[in-house]
Formats: sequence, structure tokens, C-alpha cells
Amino acid sequence: MAVPTDVLSAPAEEPAAKRGRRSSFLRNGKVLTGLVILGFLLVIAVIGPWIAPYDPGQRGDDLLVGPSAEHWFGTTHLGQDVFSQILDGTRSVMLVGIVAGVVATVLAIVFGVTSGYFGGAGGESLSAVSNVFLVIPALPLILIITLSLPETNDLTIALVIGFTSWAWGARVLRAQTLSLRRRDYVEAARATGESTWRILGFEILPNLTAVIAASFVSTVIFAVLSEITLAFIGVPGVSEWNWGAILFWAQSQQALAQGAWWWFVPTGLAIALLGTGLALVNFGIDEYVNPRLRGGPQRARGVTMRVGFTPVLPAAKETR
Amino acid sequence: MTYVLRRIAFYLFTAWAAITINFFLPRAIPGDPVQALISRARGQLDADAVQSLYILFGLDTDQGILSQYWDYWGQLLRGDLGLSFTFFPTPVADVIADSLPWTLALVGITTVISFLLGTGLGVLAGWWRGSWVDLVMPVTTFLSSIPYFWLGLIAITLFAGQGGPFPSSGGFDPGVVPGWDLGFIGSAIHHSILPAITILITSMSGWVLSMRNMMLTVAAEDYITVAHAKGLSERRVMVSYAARNALLPSVSSFALALGLIVGGTLLVEIVFSYPGVGFQLFSAVGAKDYPLIQGIFLIITLSVLVANLVADLVYLLLDPRTRKEG
Amino acid sequence: MTREPVLSIRNLSVDYGLGDAAVRAVRDVSLTLHRGEVLGLAGESGSGKSTLAYGMLRLLPPPGVIRGGQVTYHPRDGEPIELLSLSRKRLRRFRWAEVAIVFQGAMNSLNPVHTVATQLTDVIAAHEPRTTAAARRARAVELLKLVGINADRLGSYPHQLSGGMRQRVMIAMALALEPRVVVMDEPTTALDVVMQRQILATLVELRERIGFSVLFITHDLSLLVEFSDRIAIMYGGRIVESAPAAELYRSSLHPYSDGLLHSFPALRGPRRELSGIPGSPPDLRAMPAGCAFHPRCPKAFDPCADRAPELAEPAGREDAGRSVACWLHTAERVTP
Repeated sequence: MAVPTDVLSAPAEEPAAKRGRRSSFLRNGKVLTGLVILGFLLVIAVIGPWIAPYDPGQRGDDLLVGPSAEHWFGTTHLGQDVFSQILDGTRSVMLVGIVAGVVATVLAIVFGVTSGYFGGAGGESLSAVSNVFLVIPALPLILIITLSLPETNDLTIALVIGFTSWAWGARVLRAQTLSLRRRDYVEAARATGESTWRILGFEILPNLTAVIAASFVSTVIFAVLSEITLAFIGVPGVSEWNWGAILFWAQSQQALAQGAWWWFVPTGLAIALLGTGLALVNFGIDEYVNPRLRGGPQRARGVTMRVGFTPVLPAAKETR
Repeated sequence: MTYVLRRIAFYLFTAWAAITINFFLPRAIPGDPVQALISRARGQLDADAVQSLYILFGLDTDQGILSQYWDYWGQLLRGDLGLSFTFFPTPVADVIADSLPWTLALVGITTVISFLLGTGLGVLAGWWRGSWVDLVMPVTTFLSSIPYFWLGLIAITLFAGQGGPFPSSGGFDPGVVPGWDLGFIGSAIHHSILPAITILITSMSGWVLSMRNMMLTVAAEDYITVAHAKGLSERRVMVSYAARNALLPSVSSFALALGLIVGGTLLVEIVFSYPGVGFQLFSAVGAKDYPLIQGIFLIITLSVLVANLVADLVYLLLDPRTRKEG
Repeated sequence: MTREPVLSIRNLSVDYGLGDAAVRAVRDVSLTLHRGEVLGLAGESGSGKSTLAYGMLRLLPPPGVIRGGQVTYHPRDGEPIELLSLSRKRLRRFRWAEVAIVFQGAMNSLNPVHTVATQLTDVIAAHEPRTTAAARRARAVELLKLVGINADRLGSYPHQLSGGMRQRVMIAMALALEPRVVVMDEPTTALDVVMQRQILATLVELRERIGFSVLFITHDLSLLVEFSDRIAIMYGGRIVESAPAAELYRSSLHPYSDGLLHSFPALRGPRRELSGIPGSPPDLRAMPAGCAFHPRCPKAFDPCADRAPELAEPAGREDAGRSVACWLHTAERVTP
């Protein structure tokens, strides 16, 4: 790079600075907001069914009424409490997201790291396999697999999503591993006869942490949306009050035509809240991995930083 | 040229893999529930149709797996995807042939427009960082994290229904007869505006984000500094140096992400009862119409593969390095 | 040689970052480039030499900021131009027409998606919009010929050229508008030694023919000794010594210059002892007090750790045009 990178990149290489970076990752406003949202939803996932004011399936006499003190998010055509349904459904949504995310991330590491590290014909064919999975439209594939299964529940659906959505992560990890493999310290470890597993475990994987985290978060986003979608289409087996299932009932009972906005607006906002929380964490990871993306003081003290026009601080104009 | 041939070989391989998945899935599972459906419909099915469904779903167990596979391919190549149960006794191929043009027009066109618009906005957001364009970011973050179909529901509530300017369902007014005349085309466009905008808004945000990040990454490249040092106009540096290079990874990820996007956009059809393959898929799931579901999966996969190939050819035009190595 | 200045830098300070977090990469540097001369700027990586060059042209990417000083360009005729207070539009017009740059690592300096012809002509089109496309192309052919490249390479993309050829294209591009100053930032580091010499020989020849001044930045002092008229040596963001090339080579005054000179073998003349410099360059965020070099300096004594020496004419010497920032050569030391 032409521009004096020696000055720019040097601080980032030192261990002391790295510690600073890590804590700055957590101090990043986006990450913090994202983590708070996710933490909140996780708590709801655990205690949701207990704090729900009503049994989500329990029918009441107030049919299709709007939000009120008794029913914060209104009721369904059977008089069920929408708020309770959302609280109850959080667990299913989070569970499927996390299980699918873990499964897909493990597969992504196995496929991506091995194909990147070992290379050769084996590595190439592993990468071809992940490209195949990448190109085949994911949702229809998940759909036909789920429908072919003799019995479905949240767990099997999570597994199906996990087994079909690892390819993107594998691709990113493979690229990253390929570049790590050529680094001096890895070459050196190989030359000194370190075992392959030791190199993978101690030299490669620790340097992939951020990429792995990013691919986990993206997979969770994808898994949550896929599962909600499956429930919305009416695929059997998804937990009864999954947010997608709530929307399925809203859609099939013509909530729209009856003007019952409370039936689907809060549910959608809950999905958006979860999605935004995950996306924010992912931005933070991206900025951590690729410092060029970091917002930084782009505009501070009246100085706008722009590539190509280095700012001159106001005091500089007079000779000091 | 070798580049193109290599890509075509890869897509053929992927198509083969998708078809093979389709072949093995029903065979990996005991005959139920397809068998039940076939036996229920047996009275109305002629012998050929029954045989065709047996081959599609692996109920012809008296044959060896290889010869089953052979028959399966023969049947696919003849365009025989079995009979649809929902639209009994219409062949699946016909159902798909009726709905595919709707999807190609709606999803195809909006996906391309969304890529172009989103990329353009991403270029601006990456280039003018620190200005008001940054306000785009929280909005796109929010939009990229909601399901497409939910935004469709909101759109219908706000803009369709009683007195709304747009129809809430269907592909054209019930009164008009499909055909290549102004009345029909006008009606079709009128019906497609709301679903199209829904898809645009939700799918565009992803392109804005990825293009912005690519612009920020490219802005630190040497040739950008050179371009500034050369005293070129801001516009030329932004378009011809930064965006032109940032576009390359964006186009290749467009190709790869097509499969994901198409899945999401098909659902918008469900919300709007739009007569495309997504809506057919929805009805097929409700009716447990396995032949139709499998047929749609194959067609969507093949369409995505073709779209991928087109994206690859565009990439070839954009990146001189692939042309050379080719 | 006439001592007419073309570019003068006064008290320039450049930081990375703002406020307390700022890293002070260039501190209060003054330097003058005269007409027709090759001024070498040498130092280890991190010494601030590239930061100085990009800073004065306002090409440093964020978080670089210019904290103070003046950069004045003296045109052939007309008023001197203050680069740091030019508007964006005027700065754009100034760039390349008056000061062009040959960047380090031509690998990434050329836009990979455009042909050589496009990249040579777009700069002409930007500054001389009234030229015709045919005229611009003819000029591009001429420029390539100048650096010894066949015109049939015009249609090539950067990846189709060898490293040496890319660097020649960059030099041709730098000369496109006949600038009076060419800044060369490690122009030959990525090339093999034979190619290095070839390219520098071409450049010296072109300079004699066209007559521009060169600011030549490199960590390789041996190249400067051979190819430049005057050398300035930077350490820790400051210039520590400046002298005519031959004199610096004959008798360097600053211990750091001395160390640099003894880290490569003599090309001609008597053999010298090779020693190198112990230790490593200073951390710009935690500079040692006093003279930045004192922790590594073999000749450090009392005042070095306390106060930073000023860049000034060495005491007790008659040779003009030299300056050094070292307590060994101040009046206090020489005349106790």
C-alpha cells in the first residue's frame, strides 16, 4: 500500500493494542445495543411462558378486540391473547435459531477450514459441495426436506435448517483459512513438524474467531427467518405459538381484511427486534475484522475526514 | 472461454445434485404419505399416471435403485413431473408453466432493479460517509431484518383493501381476459406494483449494506489515492475507480445470494395471492401436493442456476482479469 | 545550480487521529525542494517520510490530519500558492499538473479494471478538457515511448504487465502534464535490483531532458547516495540531518545517518565497516524524551535525554548547506 501503512497498521499488531481493540468491540455502541436486545429476548425465551398473563391457547369472550389494559396486544378471532402468544413463541424462535446456528457453524468450520487448509483435490471438492449448497435456493430445499420427514418438531426443523445453511460460512472460512495458511507463523509451525491438529487448533482457529462469530450470527438470522417463514406457510410441526404461526393464523383468518392490525404488527416488530439485534452485533464484528469499516471520528471537532483531502486543522492556517 | 465452460460445468453439476436430492428424498422415507395420496386417487388415475408417480416417489421398489434412477431421469427429460393433486388431474408441468411467467416477471425484474438501486445507494453511502447519507444505515438495518412477507402484510393494510389505490390480491382484475392487450397488461402492472415495491424495499437493503462496505474497503486502495492525486473529478474517482471496483465482489455475491433472495420473494406472492410459483407452492404445502412441491423446487433451482450463469457472464464483462485467465 | 525553490514546507506537523489519541507522525518539519534538484528523503519505516510527502499534498487517508505548518508552491510565474488553504476544486486542478506522484508498489497503483490507455488519458482529459480524444491518445503513445514501452501496450490491463512495466507506466503517467515536481515514494522497492537501476536511470535521463524536481523517498540510502543531489534524513517524525549527497556520504554528522550509511556496503571507494543500528524505531505514541534517537545512540551523553536538539547549521564547520539536529554539533558542545 502506498500510503504509509507502517504507521497506520502498526498499532493494531501489538498485543497491548489488541486488548484495547477487544474492549472497544464491546464498547461499540452498535454491539452493545445488539447485545442488550438479544439478552432481553433470551430472558423472554426462558421465562416467557411463565410470565404470560394468559394461556396462549385459552379462548376468551372478547373476540378480535384491539389493544386494551387486559389484552396489551389485543385478541384473536377466538379471543386468545396475542401478547401471551408472542411471549410463549419466543422460546421456539430462539431455540431453533440457536440450534440451527450451532449446527451450521460447526459444519461451516469443518468444511471451510479443512477445504482451505488441506487444499488439493479433496479441498477443491469440499468447496464444490459447499458451492452447490450455496446456489440451490435454500428455502424451497428446506421446505421439501421438512415435508419429506415423517415427523417434524422444532428440533428437526432446526436441524434441517442447520444442515442446509452452512455453505456461506464455509465459503468465508475457507477463504480466510487459505490466507492464514500462507502466513509465516503457520509455515514455521509446519516446518518444525507441529502436528496438523495442533496447528489447526492453536494457530488457525483462534485467528478465525471473529469470522466464525460473524457466520454464526448470520446463520441465526437466516434460521430464525426461515423457521418463521415455514410456520407462516403452514408447515406442520413448528411449535404452536411460533411467531410465524401467529402470523399464519392472522393471515388465514383474514386479520387484514378485518382491520385487526394488532394481530400481526406486534409480532412483526418482535421479529424485526430480534433481527436488528443480531444485525447490530454482526456490524460490530465486521468493523472489528475490517477496521476500514469503522466509523471512527469521521466528523469531529469540525473536521471532516475524507479520502483524498486530508483535513487541515483550523489552527494550522496561521503559522504557529 | 474456459472460465465460462468451468462455470457451466459447475451449474450442470449443481442441477444434477438438486435432481438427485429430489430423487432420493422420498426414497429415504417410508412410502407414506405419498402412497396414501396415490391410493386415494387411484380410482381417478390411469395406469400411466400411477406408474409415473411411482417412479417420482420411489414406490417402484421391485426395481433396482439404478434402474429407478434411470427411469426417473427419462421421465424428467420428457418433462413429466407427475400429476398435481391440488389441480387434479392437471400435470405438474402445466401448473408450473402457467405460474412461472408471473414469477419471472415479478421476482426477476424486481430483483434486478433492487440490486441496481441498492448498489447505487450503497455507492453513495460508502462515498459520502459522515454525511446525511449515513441516516440510510439504521433504516436499512431494520428493513433487512424483517421478513419480506410481513412487510407485504403491512403494505396491504396501508395501501390496499377498501378504498386503497392498489388491489390486495391476484395478478390481474377478474374482469379482464389474459392476453397481449393493453387492458390486461395495464391491469397486471397495477396488481404487481405493491408486491414489487415490497420486494424492492426489503431486498434492496442488503445490497446497500454490502456495497457500502465494499466502497469503504476499496476507498483505502492505492489506485484511489492515485486517482485523487491525479486531480480527477470527484465523480470520476467515485464511479470509475471506486464503484467500478467495488462492484465486482458485489456482482459475485449477487449471483450467490440469488437462491436466498428468491426464497424470500416467493413468499411475497403468498401474501398478495399473486398467481406465481410461490403462491402455488403455498397451496401445494397446504394440500400436501408432493408432486407439485418437488416440481416447483426443481424449476426454481434451475431458474436460479440460469440467473447465476447470467450473473457470471456479467462479471466476465466487468472484470478484465477473468477475461484474460479465461 | 540555481537555488530557486519550487516547493517549501515550513513547520509542517501531521497527526493520525484527533485530540489526545493523536499519534504525532510528522513534527514541525521544514524542507525546501529547489528547482531541478533530486532531494532524497530517507529513514526507517515509521520515520514519517511518506506521511510527510502525502501530508503536504493532502492525500493522507483518515485518520490523518494536518495539525500545523505551511506548504508553499512557487509557480514559474505568479504568486506562490499555499497548498494547505486551497479549496477542493483548486487543489484538484493543482494536483498532477504541478506535482505528480509515482507511488510505492505499482501493483496496486493502477486501477485493475481500466486499460493503460484509459488511465493515461483520463488525467489529461481532467486537466485539459479541450483536447480531443485522438490528441490525448497520441500523447499517451508519446508518454509510453518516453519510458521505453511499445505503443501496442496501450490496450493492456495492469495485470497483463510485468512489475517493471507497471512502474514505467506510472512514471509515464506522472509526466503526462509535465509537472515541475515529481514525488517518488519508494518507486522501486517491489522490483529486483536490475530493474531498479534501469528505472532510476530512465528517470534521471528524463529529468535532464524535461527538467523537473524530484522528491525521492526511500528507506534505501544507497540509492539516494547514487541518484540524488541532496539528502534529508528523518527519524521519529523529524528531520535529523540534511546535506548534499556527496558530503553526507563522505562525512555524516548525525549518529543515526552514520548508522544508516553503515548498514549497506559501499558501492565504490574504500570499504567501510558494516554495522547497522541496534534497537528498533521509536513508538510514535510514546516517544522518548529529549532526542528521539538517544536510546539507540552509541554517542549519547547528558543533554540527549533531556532536551531535543534543534535542526541547525553544525557548529564549527564551514561547509554551507548542511544542517543537523544533534547535541554533538551544537555550539554548546563544540565550544564548551
